[in-house]
Amino acid sequence: MDFSLSEIQEMMRESALKFIQKEYDFETRRKLSKSDIGYSEKNWELFAELGWLALPIDEDFGGIGGTVLDTIVLQEELGKGLLLEPYFSSVLLGANLVNKLGTQTQKEEMLENVISGQQKLALVHSEGHAPFDLTQMRTNAENRDGTYVLNGHKSVVLGGQNADVLLVVARTSGVTGDKKGLSVFAIPSDTTGITIKGYRTNDAMSAAEITFNNVEVSAEAVLGQADQAYEDVQRVLMEGVVNLSAEAVGIMEKLVELTAEYLGMREQFNTPIGKFQALQHRAADMFMEKELAKSMLYYAAIETADGSADYERACAMLKVRIGTAARFVGQQAVQLHGGMGVTDELSVGHYFKRLTCINSLLGSRDYHLNSLLTQAQN
Amino acid sequence: MNIHLTQEDLDFQKEVQDFFANEFPKDIKEKQDKGIYLSKDDHIRWQKALHAKGWAGINWPVEHGGTGWNATQKYIYANEAAKANAPRIIPFGLTMVAPVIFTYGNEEQKQRFLPDILASNVWWCQGYSEPNAGSDLASLKTKAVRDGDEYVINGTKTWTTLGQHADWIFCLVRTEDTGKKQEGISFLLIDMKTPGVSVHPIITIDGTHEVNEVHFEDVRVPVENLIGEEGKGWTYAKVLLTHERTGIARVAESKALLASLKRVVHSKNEALMDMTQNAVFMTRLIEAEVELKALEYTELRVLSAVSTGKAPGPESSILKIKGTEIMQLLNELFVEAAGIYALPYVPEQYQEGFDGVPVGPQFCAKTSATYYNNRKVSIYGGTNEIQKNIISKQVLGL
Repeated sequence: MDFSLSEIQEMMRESALKFIQKEYDFETRRKLSKSDIGYSEKNWELFAELGWLALPIDEDFGGIGGTVLDTIVLQEELGKGLLLEPYFSSVLLGANLVNKLGTQTQKEEMLENVISGQQKLALVHSEGHAPFDLTQMRTNAENRDGTYVLNGHKSVVLGGQNADVLLVVARTSGVTGDKKGLSVFAIPSDTTGITIKGYRTNDAMSAAEITFNNVEVSAEAVLGQADQAYEDVQRVLMEGVVNLSAEAVGIMEKLVELTAEYLGMREQFNTPIGKFQALQHRAADMFMEKELAKSMLYYAAIETADGSADYERACAMLKVRIGTAARFVGQQAVQLHGGMGVTDELSVGHYFKRLTCINSLLGSRDYHLNSLLTQAQN
Repeated sequence: MNIHLTQEDLDFQKEVQDFFANEFPKDIKEKQDKGIYLSKDDHIRWQKALHAKGWAGINWPVEHGGTGWNATQKYIYANEAAKANAPRIIPFGLTMVAPVIFTYGNEEQKQRFLPDILASNVWWCQGYSEPNAGSDLASLKTKAVRDGDEYVINGTKTWTTLGQHADWIFCLVRTEDTGKKQEGISFLLIDMKTPGVSVHPIITIDGTHEVNEVHFEDVRVPVENLIGEEGKGWTYAKVLLTHERTGIARVAESKALLASLKRVVHSKNEALMDMTQNAVFMTRLIEAEVELKALEYTELRVLSAVSTGKAPGPESSILKIKGTEIMQLLNELFVEAAGIYALPYVPEQYQEGFDGVPVGPQFCAKTSATYYNNRKVSIYGGTNEIQKNIISKQVLGL
């Protein structure tokens, strides 16, 4: 039984801590968020140097071979800085999927460019009616004599606007509800028939609506084997749940810290408001929620890294716990900052917005709670 | 970061399982499984069985006859004990007063008291709270006035759990009235048979006699029963509390309780509603499971920190609050699962010697009594509100 960090984890943690402290103070971030692409390409180059882009990729392909136990350490620290760069979408979802699902040749061709920072990927799976459940998607790819023709619409694709290669999940056989019959296509984002409409999300990140209108791709574009993508994509999404949760834990750490500081500093009735027991207990509740969420993160991360039979359930439980904690900590951080909490000027509201967006991503609290309920009732 | 058990751990787990399969008295197990209250004698026999195996002093150092177990072994033991439905160890001797004696007592006191505690030859109870000193414990007023080689004790202690069985009581008493209120408190051991000690039952809302008021009228106690220095009792009591923090979440018991609740819910008992089809109830059950898992990993984080020689981190202060909230939630869900059978108050059904047919399914008999009784857990050991004061002051610096 050991919760201490390994050497590589400690290294990752320190590099992220330093980066956020030195390069990512809140005002710098604000400027970046208002720039055209909404993040810094220069930072991306730095991430390549720091080895972050190689973290989840196998050593055989030039990566570091880290598991979620390693990526969560990084994510937790990056969460404290409210990172704008598409690290989660391009590396932890996109590259992670290529690393799991791609053929030897595909991995050799694609991953090198990811690690060096030259190419970004986006996992294109979510649809409005099915943001998480892969089996319900409507986007399909029809095999016409060895050429696939894609049609469909994908919604709120993280990092979709700035990706060089889209990893599009589509149904190639079977019917809605089947796990079999799903395939992933690696398609350059400038391919004819693809329309990308980018926008900012509430957390100042970027996403896109992507439409596929008779997009023709060759069979070589199929990542791994046709019809067999479900398991790996599902696993990548679940690892995504763990990684997003780690980011949320980092944000909550920061919010508890900021709130305690503010309560000790802000005076009303001639006394720091942190002397009022009603507020002390609220802050204690925030602290507890954060710690319990962190414990749950470790549970699900260990189950996922071990590949235990129950890992999907563990991830669902994690997303429920994180959802509860993030909502409470986010809302109360705003509340305890009073009027200042709802201003754009203070960082608190921005942390709150990111937490709120994280809850909506990869299945919300209620979504996962309902899926656990359905399992328990059957 | 890993939680894997080593081969050594697995061997130990097997040994614990074998112990519960073979040496846990069968009649006591049967009572536990049926939810029948244990007698004083049952508790003593169970703890003596544990002692015979050398496992009575779980948190004791080896030199005093303790197990010397590491954090993982304690975790394994707690889980197996809960799975086997073993009774809780009555904590007052083995886990509460003993650490104070082996840490702060003199050699003579260690020789005199520890062997009998370890062997469960002597039943201890706790004299901390008073009618007017609850959350503000340091304002306690039970007076100990020095008279030659004796202290003369006057005052009242309350919420004394199982004091009706006790041979000895450890008390916080006031030896000094001036100065800071914490500094006038001393830690004293008192023989319950001393003239002037009387025990008065308090009946709780579950209808049972578990706690008492203990009155002291000119009770004369030899000064050699004082632990450590006069006026240092508050410090000793506080150290004892931190000692106890990790076990306080009762995670293993709640895990066993949850497993049993799930069995009941999925049993398709025709005498009850099918709760699996009640989405509201099932959602609460799942949320309880989620909370318990988060609590379990919080406890593991604390144990892991302690085993690497660090002091328990700030996360340890959560254990009491969350542990008791979850236990109470599970008790509440049991009442819900019992449906209409949560109503009958037929205490004979869970008293010794009952051999009739209970009203409703077996598990329902004690469900409400347990629910009512366990409202205490968020109140005792420092109310959960006091715990939050501690977090906000010690962790958040407010």
